[in-house]
Formats: sequence, C-alpha cells, structure tokens
Amino acid sequence: MTRGGDVREPAGRDTDGHALIELQRVSKFFGNVIALHNITTSVRAGEVTCTLGDNGAGKSTFIKILSGVHRHDEGRLLMEGTKVSFHSPREAKAAGIATVYQDLAMAPLMSIWRNFWLGSEPTTWLGTIDTNKAKSTAVEELAKMGIDVRDPDQPVGTLSGGERQSVAIARACYFGAKVLILDEPTAALGVKQSGVVLRYIIAARDRGLGVIFITHNPHHAWPVGDRFLILKRGQSLGNFARSEITRDELIQLMAGGSELEALSHEIESVVRAPEP
Amino acid sequence: MTTAGAVPTAPGVTTDERLAQRSLVTKVLIRPEFGAVTGAIVVWLLFAWQAGNTWMSWQGTKTYLETSALLGLSALAVGLLMIGGEFDLSSGVLVGTSGMFCALFAVHAGWHVLVAMLVSLLVAAGIGTLNGVMVVMSKLPSFIVTLGVLFGLQGFNLWLTQRVTRQTQVTGLEGAAGFELGRKLFAGTFIRIGGVGFRSYIVWFVVIAIIGYWLLARTKVGNWIFAVGGNKEAARMVGVPATATKIGLFIAVAVSGWIHGMAVLFQTTRSNVTEGVGQEFFYIIAAVLGGCLLTGGFGSIVGAAFGCLILGMTQRGIPLAGWNNNLYFLFMGVILLIAAFSNEAIRRWASTASRPPSQIVEQDADDGTRAAPAEPDAGAT
Repeated sequence: MTRGGDVREPAGRDTDGHALIELQRVSKFFGNVIALHNITTSVRAGEVTCTLGDNGAGKSTFIKILSGVHRHDEGRLLMEGTKVSFHSPREAKAAGIATVYQDLAMAPLMSIWRNFWLGSEPTTWLGTIDTNKAKSTAVEELAKMGIDVRDPDQPVGTLSGGERQSVAIARACYFGAKVLILDEPTAALGVKQSGVVLRYIIAARDRGLGVIFITHNPHHAWPVGDRFLILKRGQSLGNFARSEITRDELIQLMAGGSELEALSHEIESVVRAPEP
Repeated sequence: MTTAGAVPTAPGVTTDERLAQRSLVTKVLIRPEFGAVTGAIVVWLLFAWQAGNTWMSWQGTKTYLETSALLGLSALAVGLLMIGGEFDLSSGVLVGTSGMFCALFAVHAGWHVLVAMLVSLLVAAGIGTLNGVMVVMSKLPSFIVTLGVLFGLQGFNLWLTQRVTRQTQVTGLEGAAGFELGRKLFAGTFIRIGGVGFRSYIVWFVVIAIIGYWLLARTKVGNWIFAVGGNKEAARMVGVPATATKIGLFIAVAVSGWIHGMAVLFQTTRSNVTEGVGQEFFYIIAAVLGGCLLTGGFGSIVGAAFGCLILGMTQRGIPLAGWNNNLYFLFMGVILLIAAFSNEAIRRWASTASRPPSQIVEQDADDGTRAAPAEPDAGAT
C-alpha cells in the first residue's frame, strides 16, 4: 500500500494501475444545502474502503452518487482511470457497480434461487427457466461465500439477516460486479450476525472485487478496512490508508472525541453546581 | 451460524447442526396448493356420502364441473393478479360489460358475431389497461381504484343497455350472424360422456389453468410476478419491469373476464345488466383457498383451480344433498377463514422456520428487537 500522506492527493493508486473507483474533490449540493463537500477517496480491486460517519454525515448521498441515483456537482468520479458520470442506477449497474441497500432487495416469500436469479433468470430454448442450472448455480455461489444451502427452494425469509446479506452479496459478485457497495449491512444485526457479514465482505474482497463498506460502527470497519474515509456533516475528516491510522484514532474520530469531552465537562459542572 | 462441527461439510462452509433436515412431509404441507387439493377431496367425499347417486352420476359431475369452470375463467387470473400484489374488484362486472358489448354489436349493430366478439375483446383489454395504468400512476391501492371502476361500469352497463333496448337485457343473439360459431367456441357441447354433454368452457378453464401454472412456475415472467407482489422495490432494483408486469396482469384479468363473458353470453343467449356484479369476491375466495396471500408474493394457480372446484362442488352439492341453500354462504365464510389463517401461518413460517427457538431468543437478546417481521417486507432482520 502506498503512503498517501497529503489528503488532497488522490491516494490508493498504484504506480502500475488505477483504482477501480476514485472520487476526487467531489461535492453535491441540494439547493443551498451542502450534502457533500470536497470528498476524496478510492477503492482498488481486492480491497475494502470503509466509509464511516454518523447520521447526517452524507453517507447516503455518497452512496447515491456512486450508484447512479444522483450526479455529483463538483469534482471528478473516475472508474479505472476514466472519468464517468452516471445518469441512472441502471447505467451504474451496467458499469459493474453493484449496490446492496439496507433493505436487501429480496422478496422474503420467494425461494433462495428465485431471489438470486431475479431479473437475470437463465432460460432454455423454450423460454422457460432452466431450473436445474438456476438451483445448482445458486447453491454453488453461496457455498463460495461459506454457506451450505441444502434446499435452494426454501424461502429467503427463513434465512437469518446475515445470511440474507450474503445472498445479496453472492448475487452481486456472480453477476459481474467489479465494485460492491454495502449500505450499512450490519446496522440492524446483532453481534454474531455482524461477524458473519464481515466474513462475507472478506470473501467478496478475496474474489477480486473492490468493496465500499458504509457503516457508522468503527468496530466493524476496523477489522476489514484497507482504507477509511470519515464523513462528518458533509465534510471529510480524513481519507486514511490502514497504515496511516490506528484503531483507537479511528474510534476517537468517529466517536466525536472533542464533543464527548465538552459534554463530559458540562455534566461535571452540573454535578458540581452548588445546590440552591 | 456456528461451525461447532458434529456435521462434516466442505471446508469453509458453515452449517448449524441444530437444524434437522426439513422432512418431506413438511415440504408438502407448506405448498400453497396443499390446502385446496385436500379441501377439494374432502368436499367431494362429503357430497359423495350425502348426495350419493346424483353426485356420482355424469349429470351430477357435469353440474359442478361447469359451475367451477365458469368461476375459474375469471378467478384464475384474479389469483395471478393477487400474487402480483393487486386486487381487481371490477373483474366481476367486466364479465357483464364484455357480454353486453358483444350482444349489442351483434344484435343491434348487425355485425357478424366474430367481429362483435373481437371488438368486445378490445374493449375489455382497454378497460384492463386503464385499470393497470390508473393503479400504477396514482399509486393508490388497487382495491380503491378498481372499486371505482366497478361502480362506473355497473352504471354504464345499466345505462347503455336500457338506452338501446329499453330493457334490462340484450336479447335476440340467436338470430345474429355467426351465432352458432360463437356458441360452439364457448358454450356448446364439447364432449358427450354417458349421454351427458359437457360444455366447452370446461376446456377453456383447463387450458387457462395450464397456461397460468406454466407462466407462474416456469417462466421469467412468473418470477417477476412473484417479485412485484413480494417486494416491488426490490424487483425494480434488480431490473424487473415492475410497471409493465402489473399492467400486464390487469390486462390478463380483463381478457379472461372477456372469455367468461362470452361463455355466459353464449350459454344464456342474452346479456343481463347485472351480470357478474358481486362475483368478484368469489374469485378472491377461490384464490385465497388456493394459497394466495392477500398481501401478494405467494400462491398458486393450480391451487386456485382447486379452490374453484371446492366452491363449485359446494354450490351444487348442497341442494343435491337436500340441505338448506343458505348454508352455502356460511360454508364459504368458514372455509375462507380457515384458508386465510393457514396461509398466514405459512407466511409466518417462511420468516422464522429455519431458526431453532434458542437461536431466535439469542437474536432477540442481541438485537433487542423482534426476530420475525410483521409483514412480508424485506426488513434487515
């Protein structure tokens, strides 16, 4: 990993190749609301970039720009070194960007294999779905993520939250995603399930995808991240390679160190105030 | 999922040894058709016992088969639409509207019956398209939109028929050119068994059931239908043409309503202003009996077909058994409730079944939230 150093320099680029996706000083405005200002980060194939930020930090605008829902107003968005600008989510998808939103894009009553293939069903010459291929491929791909699905006909709603995430991730990987964006996949999961999802993120990374992992939890981000972008109220607090920041510094940045200190002073002074 | 490994598996693959392999019996029980097929067998046996000789005769079989088939001409498409997540309350009155237009064109405009049929088909398809477009554009519940269309068409049928014929029905179809052809196609005797003639719309019913099954279970479009009913936004996100699918479903309901309209028209040779009104709820009941959830995303056309059989057999069996005719409504209410409860149980199973109870408790403790979602939306847990 190259030493990025100066945050203004687009970091994460090898001498021999371009990053899969790169944002250079990207900004987005909605009227006179500054949703994002001067954001720079990147993700390379086989790496995970964690985007951290509390609510209102601009994470959802960040995702929407990458997945083609919005267009950025300033700065440049590069894919493999070429400037791009997506006009629709379908364009972004065609370019190889797969987004797994928090609600997962799954129909819980449909079987695993039907959800896996939804929108891209394999057909025979008769026009019917090639069920054998569909089921066996779904089972194989999920095995690659580390899940043993004995019955691909079971409704996807019978899987646990973490497993459903993995079906969504396996689906994105299989259908040729180059970049996988995960929108707060661990937000509503318990401790054990979150660990399971982190393992799937690593599996996707090891398959050569570039993973952008959005989260507000630095404890989840630290184990898997190769690069960390911290957002706060639309601004970037830093774009760090793993070698440039320690775990504690990350947690401190995320926990809003200075505000917590001010808060604890306030609490102390209230406690110490003389009784009337 | 724990890797605590009593069960040997491929490297890197985790299994939960606490989960037993789901038995074949369970797999059969949770299929949407199961209730309807069992119910149909039970009802048949019941009337075989109570209405013995007549029930078992060819004449007896004809009566309930024809009633079921007529119901199914509309009900199967309504079931398909329900799986796609929408209702069409105008599906009943559309039967009357199609028949009315065909009769008016053939008798009063003097057109050949074939032409009259085709034009009335276009009208029906047009109404279906209108229903679909209104539902999709307005984003209102289809229940309300089609309720409005129901009342509109009811009034329109009354007004137009009275305006042209000054009566409440259109008569004189037997004299129209091409009448025999229409009758043969839709309501004539298709086959005689044991001296009893079975009408051709039984064949239409079977054909529609086969096409419906194949479409839903074996094609991409079927997958789309399940998806737009189960989670429309998810379907859109992966590229399913949700709007086109929904509008297509409304058109399918209208076209099959037209088939039903033709069958009734050529059987009775007249078009009554109140034809079909009120029948829409029977179609919904048949679909629910067949395993279709009111919230969409789950169900079966074959199940709905057996649901039609249950309703048809009951409607004909009660008088044959000498029971009070009013029992039919009581019976329908009871089986509808039984079917709705059991479908709901299956839906809830689909959200929690694979997790052993202790794991559900653990997850509750971890998340502090309820494990099973309250409705079939794609919640993160």
